[in-house]
Amino acid sequence: MVSKPHGGKLVRRLVAERTRERILSEQKEYPSVKIDHGRAIDLENIAHGVYSPLKGFLTSDDFQSVLNHMRLSDDTPWTIPIVIDIVEKTFDVGDAVLLYYEDIPIARMHVEEIYTYDKKEFAQKVFKTTDPNHPGVAKVYSLGKYLVGGEIELLNEVPNPFAKYTLRPVETRILFKERGWRTIVAFQTRNAPHVGHEYVQKAALTFVDGIFINPVLGKKKKGDYKDDVIIKAYETLFEHYYPKNAATLATVRYEMRYAGPREAIHHAIMRKNFGATHFIVGRDHAGVSDYYGPYEAWDMFENFPDLGITPMFIREAFYCRKCGGMVNAKICPHPKEFHVHISGTKLRKMIMAGEQPPEYMMRPEVYKVIRSFEKPFVE
Amino acid sequence: MADEKKYTTVSIPKPLYDKIKKRIEGTGFTSVSDYVTYVLREVLASLEEEEKEEVFTEEEEEKVKERLRALGYLD
Ligand SMILES: [Zn+2]
Repeated sequence: MVSKPHGGKLVRRLVAERTRERILSEQKEYPSVKIDHGRAIDLENIAHGVYSPLKGFLTSDDFQSVLNHMRLSDDTPWTIPIVIDIVEKTFDVGDAVLLYYEDIPIARMHVEEIYTYDKKEFAQKVFKTTDPNHPGVAKVYSLGKYLVGGEIELLNEVPNPFAKYTLRPVETRILFKERGWRTIVAFQTRNAPHVGHEYVQKAALTFVDGIFINPVLGKKKKGDYKDDVIIKAYETLFEHYYPKNAATLATVRYEMRYAGPREAIHHAIMRKNFGATHFIVGRDHAGVSDYYGPYEAWDMFENFPDLGITPMFIREAFYCRKCGGMVNAKICPHPKEFHVHISGTKLRKMIMAGEQPPEYMMRPEVYKVIRSFEKPFVE
Repeated sequence: MADEKKYTTVSIPKPLYDKIKKRIEGTGFTSVSDYVTYVLREVLASLEEEEKEEVFTEEEEEKVKERLRALGYLD
């Protein structure tokens, strides 16, 4: 059976068409709040149940509880504060406001609370650092003075160039059921696949019915693979190297926080809501630079016996010349000089230089499709 | 105040308490309360897992299947 939604019930915060039309026709009567892309896709994720059981942005009780206990105030595991900020109070508690992303009213929010918070505390507890060089911390420091808590209703989808590949939890749940998958392992990625990824995925797939590859689309850094490159690369890999009925690909939009161990739990919760029963937790999962230990995210799962999705800890794969294949540190007895680690950075450099990586690093079909893009990387 | 989670007291037999106290020696658990909380969360989660819940109506399911077929996710 696919996983139960986190918190027990899949949240749906969509309004009936007539209500939607009425709200939109009266939009000038509502106070308006401008939001960035990250918040807009948070709204979408709340509305479609990716963030179940959240029905809106956190109130201060839940916010404090998430900071201090990694749980909502009702004890449900929750590690990343999903909040919305404002610079000044232009509306009151009890108001309904419209949230706009680039002049599109995305959602209506029922303001339950407007509260202040301590940015240093926020940073320290979530990211384990107050260093402004950490991208997640920098984001917190850039927030307005107040946070606003309250439930939301989605009015419009955020424009999405990859709508065709973006499935909602209600859709993946039905898809898994139709495919007859009872156990599903989810894999989170922001990269085009190399052979190391394939090894980890297939090692996990050995134990379950299906694998759900779930690339995160969203804000990108310079040098990252572009979204359509990631999608095409996976399609190619599926076509040539994956069993037809055991793998599926769909994207989710989400802004990375780079909160390492805490975010690994959040990633697992999102996939639980999609119906996955297992989740692959990578080395230095959701980390950035060296703020977190390579296996700190693995340890974090010990705090959540009630998470409702099973983490799968699969060691990073490398090629061993003595073994003659892809292995990991647990199964290969040979010394380091036989090991060839697959570095994403090195691969990128090779691809940019038009140099085909050896087959034990990247499948030739995947290389070919990446090279078919004039500019495969974010500039 | 907002910083403190609300706690309550439950009673367990003293011999059980002592047994647990002994059991958690050398583990990551620093108190009997932590351990009891951990175990109860685990038990509750496994109980809840068995309660099945349909999250969508039949009509909705048909609509979703249509979309999944159109997108090539289902034959
Ligand atoms: Zn070896």
